[in-house]
Amino acid sequence: MTFNDVFNNLSRLFGREKSGETAKERLRLVLMSDHLSLAPDMVEAMKRDLVEVVSRYVEVDRDKIDVRFEHQDSVFAMLANVPIISVNRTPSPPVGPPRRRRRKKRSMQPAQQNGQMPPSGPGTSGASAAPSFS
Amino acid sequence: MLPLRQPFDVAHDDAQTNAAQTSGAPMTLGRAIVITSGKGGVGKTTTTANLGVALAKRGAKVALVDADVGLRNLDILMGLESRVRHHVLDVLEEKVELDEALVRDKHFPNLFLLAAAQSREKDEVDTESMRDLIEELREQFDYVLIDCPAGIEMGFKNAVVGAQEAIVVCTPEVSAVRDVDRVVGLLGNAFTPKLIINRVRPHLVHKGKMLSVEDVNSILRLPLLGVIADEPDVIVSTNKGEPLALRTDTATAKAYHTIAARIAGEDVPAPMVEYKETFIDKLGSLLGGRR
Repeated sequence: MTFNDVFNNLSRLFGREKSGETAKERLRLVLMSDHLSLAPDMVEAMKRDLVEVVSRYVEVDRDKIDVRFEHQDSVFAMLANVPIISVNRTPSPPVGPPRRRRRKKRSMQPAQQNGQMPPSGPGTSGASAAPSFS
Repeated sequence: MLPLRQPFDVAHDDAQTNAAQTSGAPMTLGRAIVITSGKGGVGKTTTTANLGVALAKRGAKVALVDADVGLRNLDILMGLESRVRHHVLDVLEEKVELDEALVRDKHFPNLFLLAAAQSREKDEVDTESMRDLIEELREQFDYVLIDCPAGIEMGFKNAVVGAQEAIVVCTPEVSAVRDVDRVVGLLGNAFTPKLIINRVRPHLVHKGKMLSVEDVNSILRLPLLGVIADEPDVIVSTNKGEPLALRTDTATAKAYHTIAARIAGEDVPAPMVEYKETFIDKLGSLLGGRR
């Protein structure tokens, strides 16, 4: 029993059930499903693109790919079953190298004499050495 | 038989059309508006009858076409069931002239009904002939309101074929909104359907037990013509065969008149329904703390 169920049951007990919200949510989900079923071309294009993206990394069995849309409790989900034939290929990402997370800049405190190093490890010493290039 | 092309004595709705008629200038075709919804029982026929009356009351010449072949009902709501002699299929099959099949309203000399065939089926209507018929009506009337049957099959196609404008009627229910969404998709880009939200119960909306006007239109995103409350007088008027819009004193009647004014192009705000706290509600909130 989810929190929502508990809340709904309690609400019902106190006569404050907001079934209008339920109606709105059901409507939202059913319309997503309707719109997809009425746009088979879009779904096909989406499948094609999906396969293309996955194929950049692994070899997939294109004939056995199964993409479906399903209501699952309170979400409308795309379920893709993409059988993988092999992963022995070198991944060839089409965009540049994966972006590194930028390290947070810490304010340097060179005036401190007590020998405390900033906690970021050896990388920092390189950074603090940088100004000595000349 | 019917002096349709002659000016009548009531104030005219559309000055342009009036001028065209009296001066013999090139004829302006009237507006053919289909009233549709997809789902049955949301109030298409009631809306058609009331908007017909409200537009006629403004002085416009109005023809109501019941396109619900096989399930004729508009004549009942207009209280004209005993006067219907011929129907739309008689005209399409050229058994009678259009003028002979048009039934004049009891109250307005400028309001006419073309009834649907009761003992026939929707598939028997030829779509091209229907288009021609609506065009013929547009030559004679300022407004041609077409009452569309429920569903999206042949009956829907035949009702839509001659129209240039569409009004979709929706109730605050999941199924009705879904069907309107579908119908709007089917109407396609040729139409910019306008929305009437019917049967709203402000009390239930206030309690969060009914989809609100905002809820409905956050999904449909259509230009809103107006909102009609679910009132007992709608049922009473159906019982009597007297459309509510014959009156001007009730909130529902006023709403129909305002919608008609908006259709005619007047810049007036869309009628809405508002929640008014009743004595019982106040008592309830005092005693139980319920909202």
